[in-house]
Amino acid sequence: MDTMTIKEICNALQLNVLAGSKGLDKRVTGGYVSDLLSDVMGNAREGELWVTLQTHRNVMAIASLKDLAGVILVNGQQPDADMAEQANKEGIAVLGTDQSNFIITGKLFQLLNS
Amino acid sequence: MQLQYDIEGGNFTKAGFASSEIKKVLKQLNVDAATIKRIVVSSYEAEVNIVAHAYKGAVTVVIDHEKIVMQYQDEGPGIPDIEQAMVAGYSTASPEVREMGFGAGMGLPNIHKNADDLLIESEVNKGTLVTITIYLKQEGGQ
Ligand SMILES: Nc1ncnc2c1ncn2[C@@H]1O[C@H](COP(=O)(O)OP(=O)(O)OP(=O)(O)O)[C@@H](O)[C@H]1O
Ligand SMILES: [Mg+2]
Repeated sequence: MDTMTIKEICNALQLNVLAGSKGLDKRVTGGYVSDLLSDVMGNAREGELWVTLQTHRNVMAIASLKDLAGVILVNGQQPDADMAEQANKEGIAVLGTDQSNFIITGKLFQLLNS
Repeated sequence: MQLQYDIEGGNFTKAGFASSEIKKVLKQLNVDAATIKRIVVSSYEAEVNIVAHAYKGAVTVVIDHEKIVMQYQDEGPGIPDIEQAMVAGYSTASPEVREMGFGAGMGLPNIHKNADDLLIESEVNKGTLVTITIYLKQEGGQ
């Protein structure tokens, strides 16, 4: 299976780039859905796209430490100013959608496994 | 090689800084990627526990050819029952801390899973010392 870039996923799922646009060429190997930070720390893997409704700066600290491909904020959530700033600094994309975690995760799963 | 970073209790904007510095050093030392991942999980969880549960602290990191030893020392409430604290899902995190997505009670179990050795020493109303040891393998080495 060929991996997709964040940019390709953005286009396919009509996601908005909310921050970290330097990271759009990163390749995505899978996804992880959680709002519990220690769960992501313990179980997410390098290259995964993290679907969450958490909007604070610690999200980017974890995304960077875990070498995640990027973050999708659901339900129309916007990143806090310091989260956006950190995303830009690290070059890790934060994408947004009005859809729920259930809907967007289903679409992402289908896209990555088609 | 020895490194030291201060860790501020209650200040979540800086949480993860020490871990990210440690990660940079390990990459420079060419430690293999899988080992770095285990070290990063362990160091982040111990660091955030000081931020979330203690008043102030520091980590001292000693790296030699064979291993990395990270000592997280804090002044804080201490842990009255260490065995209970190790149970997955056990947490005394405040509502504000939980709202941020911390407080799942998974941090210490994550360290236990990723470290070769974990030692927790604590005195109630004084503080806690968490010592994490992980053996190293050089990238491409034996
Ligand atoms: N440095 C510390 N000082 C005081 N208490 C601590 C310290 N580290 C851990 N504890 C206690 O142990 C409990 C379990 O810690 P653990 O890291 O497993 O979970 P948590 O920090 O509550 O949540 P999570 O790590 O999932 O965000 C904490 O809730 C707290 O009561
Ligand atoms: Mg913890």
